[in-house]
Amino acid sequence: MIAVINGRRCKLDVHPMKRLLDVLREDCGLTGTKEGCGEGECGACTVLVDGVAVDACLVPAAHADGCAIVTIEGAGRVRAGKALQEAFVKHGGAQCGICTPGMILAAMPVRAGASLEEIKTALAGNLCRCTGYLSIFRSVQAGLKTRPKKKRARANAR
Amino acid sequence: MPTPVSALSLQRPRTLTAALAMLADDPTLTPIAGCTDVFVNLHFGTLENRRFVDLWGLDELRGIRAGASGASRASIRIGALATYTDIIRSPLVQRRVPMLVAAAREVGGAQIQNRGTLGGNIANASPAGDTLPVLAAAGARVVLRSAKGERTVPFNGFYTGYRTSVRQPAELITAVEIPPIEGRQWWRKVGTRRAQAISKVMMAGVRGRTVRVAIGSVAPTVVQATAAAEVLTKGGSIADAQTALRSEITPIDDIRSTGEYRLRVAENLLAAFWRETK
Repeated sequence: MIAVINGRRCKLDVHPMKRLLDVLREDCGLTGTKEGCGEGECGACTVLVDGVAVDACLVPAAHADGCAIVTIEGAGRVRAGKALQEAFVKHGGAQCGICTPGMILAAMPVRAGASLEEIKTALAGNLCRCTGYLSIFRSVQAGLKTRPKKKRARANAR
Repeated sequence: MPTPVSALSLQRPRTLTAALAMLADDPTLTPIAGCTDVFVNLHFGTLENRRFVDLWGLDELRGIRAGASGASRASIRIGALATYTDIIRSPLVQRRVPMLVAAAREVGGAQIQNRGTLGGNIANASPAGDTLPVLAAAGARVVLRSAKGERTVPFNGFYTGYRTSVRQPAELITAVEIPPIEGRQWWRKVGTRRAQAISKVMMAGVRGRTVRVAIGSVAPTVVQATAAAEVLTKGGSIADAQTALRSEITPIDDIRSTGEYRLRVAENLLAAFWRETK
């Protein structure tokens, strides 16, 4: 499998049915992507594959072959991701931290002027057991406000 | 993951023709696409199948378009690999089958909608498949293809029982055709919460000169409530339609709900459909 992971071209010798989640954590050492439920319920393992938010626990390595992948380790390299990370710190969007990488990755494709409803819809596949979501929604709203216009088109890829 | 990955194999055809040839050679292969069901079962260790053929890369199965020729000219054709997100964003589906858009929006969350496919929802054959009542109420047709050729079957004759269908092991679902729908469309899903929920009951309805109602999660397969719909078509009361409905569904108790609750909810949904499509 060849993929561009967080901007770096990686050639990995992995089983095509290995979960992308395990490839990232075990073969790439990128343990920022968390396993919550392992069945697509919680969104903790959300990553972007070619700009699209997916649950890495439900994606075989074969489907990431030839794709550009962004994990939480690479989110800060994109200005949209960095703005969200800073907003999560400032507005208390993270408590225990298990859901946070997935929340930030799921929020990255959201358009800059999104309403609260749109943000809730985009994050509907991500569960948090600490915050009650309000501080997360506040963080995402703030992060989207500071998103620079130039990067919008790319972040809105899907 | 409880299922060891080393026990699995994956064939990766580059074309539909190649995929059909692989299935003709070995009909025991399990086709996979968005993997949103397959990987859950692998995680639970409940999937007996170990050998898979990957359809995800077959872009020829991906488009959504207006019918091009023949009797299906007025139908829209949705490729089997169209994801829920593709359906939600398609102006054609929004205009012609808004109830399918409504159903797609309630499947899982964004991550599942980005990967799960319409063909997969049909093939997985869960009684709780969210798009299935819509396809039943819409009078959709399923396009099946094998190395030997193509056939089209009515969606309402597709399932033969709990998780069984007329699809032969060497056949793939390649597309779904949806004819023009006359009348107001309606869709409602009742689950534990508004996202990431497997449905307890869901209903699709079309209120035209002929009324059509289909319900999911209340029987081994999706059910067309023909008796209830006939009462409504002939101008009967909602109470009579609800009585008819009771006789044509067989909801069970399971981890998500009880049969009695589902029966009551189904009746209530029928009333809501009628009230909201006035």
